[in-house]
Amino acid sequence: MNAILHPQMHLHKVELKPKDYKTDAPSFWCAGCGHYGVLTGLLRALAEIGIDQNYLVNVSGIGCSSRLPYFVNSYKMHTLHGRAGPVATGVQLARPDLSVVITGGDGDGFSIGGGHMPHLARKNVNMIYILMDNHVYGLTKGQCSPTSRPEMQTTTTPYGGVEEPLDPIMYMLTYGATYVAQAFAGNVKLASQLIKDGMEHKGFAFVNLLSQCPSFNNIDTAQTFKDACEQLPDDHDASDLGAAMNAVRAAKQACRIPTGLIYRTERPTLDQRMAKLVENVGGHKDYDLRKIIDLARP
Amino acid sequence: MQGKPKNDLIIRIGGEGGEGVISVGDFITQACAHAGLDVYTFKTFPAEIKGGYAMYQVRASTERLYNQGDTFDVLCAFNGEAYNMNRASLRPGTTIVYDSPGDFDPDIPEGVHAYPIPMTQTAKDMHNPRAKNMVAMGALSVLFNIPVESLRKVLTAKFSRKGEDVVKGNLEALERGRELAAALKKTDPWTIGAPKASQDVIVMSGNNAIGLGALIAGLDFFSAYPITPATEVAIYVAKHLPKRGGTLIQAEDEIASISQVLGASYAGKKAMTSTSGPGLSLMSEMLGMAFMAELPCVVVDVQRGGPSTGLPTKHEQSDLFLAIHGGHGDAGRIVLSVENVQDCIDLTVVAFNLAEKYQCPVLLLSDGSLAFSTQNVPYPDPGNYKLVERERWNGEGEYHRYVMTKSGISPMTDPGVPGGAHIATGLEHSEVGLPSYTSANHEAMQAKRFRKLKTVIDDVAPVEVDGDGTADLGVIAWGSTIGVVREALQRLRAEGYKVSGFYPKLLNPLPAQQFEDFGATCKRLLLPEVNFQGQLAHFVRAETSLRPESYTICGGMPFTPEMIVKKVREILA
Repeated sequence: MNAILHPQMHLHKVELKPKDYKTDAPSFWCAGCGHYGVLTGLLRALAEIGIDQNYLVNVSGIGCSSRLPYFVNSYKMHTLHGRAGPVATGVQLARPDLSVVITGGDGDGFSIGGGHMPHLARKNVNMIYILMDNHVYGLTKGQCSPTSRPEMQTTTTPYGGVEEPLDPIMYMLTYGATYVAQAFAGNVKLASQLIKDGMEHKGFAFVNLLSQCPSFNNIDTAQTFKDACEQLPDDHDASDLGAAMNAVRAAKQACRIPTGLIYRTERPTLDQRMAKLVENVGGHKDYDLRKIIDLARP
Repeated sequence: MQGKPKNDLIIRIGGEGGEGVISVGDFITQACAHAGLDVYTFKTFPAEIKGGYAMYQVRASTERLYNQGDTFDVLCAFNGEAYNMNRASLRPGTTIVYDSPGDFDPDIPEGVHAYPIPMTQTAKDMHNPRAKNMVAMGALSVLFNIPVESLRKVLTAKFSRKGEDVVKGNLEALERGRELAAALKKTDPWTIGAPKASQDVIVMSGNNAIGLGALIAGLDFFSAYPITPATEVAIYVAKHLPKRGGTLIQAEDEIASISQVLGASYAGKKAMTSTSGPGLSLMSEMLGMAFMAELPCVVVDVQRGGPSTGLPTKHEQSDLFLAIHGGHGDAGRIVLSVENVQDCIDLTVVAFNLAEKYQCPVLLLSDGSLAFSTQNVPYPDPGNYKLVERERWNGEGEYHRYVMTKSGISPMTDPGVPGGAHIATGLEHSEVGLPSYTSANHEAMQAKRFRKLKTVIDDVAPVEVDGDGTADLGVIAWGSTIGVVREALQRLRAEGYKVSGFYPKLLNPLPAQQFEDFGATCKRLLLPEVNFQGQLAHFVRAETSLRPESYTICGGMPFTPEMIVKKVREILA
């Protein structure tokens, strides 16, 4: 895999350990929560890249998972429910030299924030979206989410679910994400590898991390995730969208969860296209405003 | 219209959308401004895209113009529909120029001057049927003394891109129209006065002027979602911002727009969005976050008829409640409103300056008729505008984003600054940004955020008082209604009434003391506004001791000076 590094990563490389990227904010998650694995994986990936935390912006929405930025030593925004995507887009377009990381949950991303997801993918916004997918609303104490399996009884579905779950991976493949990967959050080694590669990918990277909620989801436990996850075969062609979709479909039919790098391609990012547009019109900060005002003379 | 000087001319051009009605209006406007006249235009168009009645009204005068006027003096009807739509306004003394032979046979009311011009026929005879509007414009130029040299110049400039043949064809049609009119005997008194010496002006619509104001203010980032009647702000910015190296993105909805704006603002950029009422409703939650996380942003609301989808292309001033209080929790924001095109430039700059200084959302209210009204303003020299940048951390000591200060303003840092890493959060937070829900902290933080707004009133020009001394009646107005009131008061004073006006541009925080001072000079107060509930009157009653009489209309059209004059006469009778 030929990782294309962000240009700024060369400029602002530092040598730090994973713990150097962690704040001392008090713990927020329950014991046994899968999100600890996501945090560990992320911190490891940051250290491996050697990213300068001053050039890192971690954006989140609302939910248990969206508290993650408080534990990361970087610039960060804890925004509104469902809005991490467009807020992060604003950060990235305003300052393409920054590394932008979204961390958030399945309800935040695919329910209330669902309207934004297709546009992050199709516009190829240069950022990574780490979905901490526990198939349940945890912060409000156990309601079904768009990725909940109907077998699960929740406080709002006491007689069982009545909806089919959404598949975040198929969704992202369909809408044009240029890097799509999946892992069990408990597999910190794989998770951190996929996060690292996703951060180094130039374009919109989506990493789905299956993360158990021991408090409110009693059917998707760490063990069931672990048992269902199956690493894609070595000969999986991640550059082929058709092969990626087929692999996901086949795994689903076999009641398995495909993990590893599922799909990766390259095309110009939104900020690159905008920079090109500015270049094409000869734009620059010191362009004389009077030339624009003159156009309004009668 | 009564007593209106004959050289203050209002021409209304009406016809089928696509017949060139808008072009004729634009040409006349440009030519008059080019020649040194004051211009003020008014347009209405259907909400639907294809066909339908289109209307463009140009007011031109040697004197300063403040509004679109009461009604037209001259109607130029391209077809029967335009005639029928306006027949009721053809009062004695008005003039009609119409297509004859055309698709209608007008029954000219008694006392109305009429000039039949074979617009369609002449254009057809010249093998240039699309030049019907040029024939009409040529006739109008002779009949009402529209500066023809300027007309030829703007016409040539406009069509030169399409090639010499197109320029020539249109100029010929213009001349033919002039010949046709010259052969008629002029019976009406209407004529545009001799222009002042040509002045250094630009001519812009309210929407474009907001875009220009933003560029002058140093706009870096604009996110927009299309919505009538605000779309033109984004269109203007989309065209010109890339020249300045800035970024415009069209978002998937208004929630995304304001979210992107806040992201860009956090990243250190001057950012804005523009919308209309429905979009502002969607932005309400994020505006609360902007206040909580103390992020500068400018949001323009070009108001339209509401509620709900309402009357998308019609005029209303009905988003004041939403602008000031829309959203949950106790959130503050600065709200400005604009009177005219000049304000659209100047107050947009002020909006950015206030957003940067106070690190909070600033809303700028425009309205449907100002959005599309083109007016001449003196050439704005960008060097004459004072620009404000947010206060940034000096790098000394440990950085606390929300540090308590006397003014309530805490320095910001941009990502990339070593030692400045911090969180912008919508959760109630401590000085360092960590979640904190203690009573003491929430009360202290709310006090800090609202303390910032206390000095806003000092940063905005004092409210303009129109008149001096005491008055039998004072008129308070906001938005484009101000221009209507200005002219109404002039007429009333000419009739001997003692009246004065009060024209606030900063509506939140309300400059209450200035209201009180004005109120003390008036025996009675009137507050005309284009909404059903009397929204500004509500705030004035809530925040001052004044009890203005509310005069509200909500018919989708602005007030006219005559309506205000009548109302005042009634009150003071």
